[in-house]
Amino acid sequence: MTETSQRKAVALVSGGLDSMLAVKLILEQGIHVEGINFFTGFCVEGHTHAIRKRDQKKGPKRNNALWVAEQLGIRLHIVEVVEEYKDVVLNPRHGYGANMNPCLDCKGFMVKKAHEWMLERGFDFIITGEVMGQRPKSQRKETLPVVAEESGAGDKLLRPLCAKLLAPTHPEREGWVDRERLLDFSGRSRKPQMALAARFGFDDYAQPAGGCCFLTDSQYAVKLADLWQARGEREYDLDDIMLLKVGRHLRPRANFKLIIGREEGENNFLEGYRSQFIHLRTLSHRGPLVLVDGKPGADDLTLAARLAARFSQGRDAEKVSVEIQQPGLEPQQLEVSPLSASDIPKGWYL
Amino acid sequence: MPVIRTQQSVEKMQPGQQLDVICTDPGARHDIPAWCRVNGHRVIEIVENRGEIRIAIEIGDGD
Repeated sequence: MTETSQRKAVALVSGGLDSMLAVKLILEQGIHVEGINFFTGFCVEGHTHAIRKRDQKKGPKRNNALWVAEQLGIRLHIVEVVEEYKDVVLNPRHGYGANMNPCLDCKGFMVKKAHEWMLERGFDFIITGEVMGQRPKSQRKETLPVVAEESGAGDKLLRPLCAKLLAPTHPEREGWVDRERLLDFSGRSRKPQMALAARFGFDDYAQPAGGCCFLTDSQYAVKLADLWQARGEREYDLDDIMLLKVGRHLRPRANFKLIIGREEGENNFLEGYRSQFIHLRTLSHRGPLVLVDGKPGADDLTLAARLAARFSQGRDAEKVSVEIQQPGLEPQQLEVSPLSASDIPKGWYL
Repeated sequence: MPVIRTQQSVEKMQPGQQLDVICTDPGARHDIPAWCRVNGHRVIEIVENRGEIRIAIEIGDGD
């Protein structure tokens, strides 16, 4: 590369305000920037909000990472890392946060992947929107250097929003980026970022401090732990972690669990999994699609039918007709009395 | 996921070729056009029918 060639940076773009600002700061210094966004399967973004009917009525739910890229005029590469990410979830060197969130390992993993991408594509450095002191696990003064080191990116990793609080990085020392034009944001307040957004003329952005990962959600963590316990192993595939985001999950017995659609959008989503699971639907009354995960016996299926009836419009009827479809078998029809609310222990709900 | 599968397919294609994406994910009707705009590809047509979404894309010079 000649000295007059434009330098190129790859930016971790989550769709949040911080990464948006970090990219803008570097673009303003004449650097060519392209965004990278990693799909782990645990993302809150996008499809889960597009599923529910009530959310669809609010208008189209945008993918914030794509939206940020479009606002800034940069390309965005979305990289699927579901399989590789399993090791981060199952064996985090630095442990978990309050729930099942391995944030420090996660950030190290993503920067490592960005570093690999940088080397493959002949880019020069990596940028993130990290701010010292903002997040309790991965963005502490002590842990920011850990991310740089363990990812392999080292001093090719630049954090424009707090660069002045850290040792100069390679792009700064080489003069590719003017350190004086970088910032010294720190702490948990989002006011500096929002002021900077206003200065840049950004009046629309993803709400700061929004949770971006289901692993930080306590209910999701309970369901994931339950899945592992029921299966006797800490493993998952993409379908498992997608289904944990949708529907009402009940475990009446150790050997099976029900996933019950809560509204039309969720039922439509669950339809896509119908052929993979035993599933139930009420015939005599309108009701949810119910997937059965596990190995239910005949008694279990009768209980499942009574629960399906409970969550249908026939909940107060004397009898509800329920169809049970097991893959590869003829559908079976049962007439059941719905369980009452008091018959469903709280402990069944996940 | 449809955006990712679209990206993976486009990476193997040449400018001028057409890719037809068929999916049921309601988010795709907005995400795939956004991805196309960001990466320099053109949406030719979007057709929705009973929950199935078909998006025809012309591959641009993009990457």
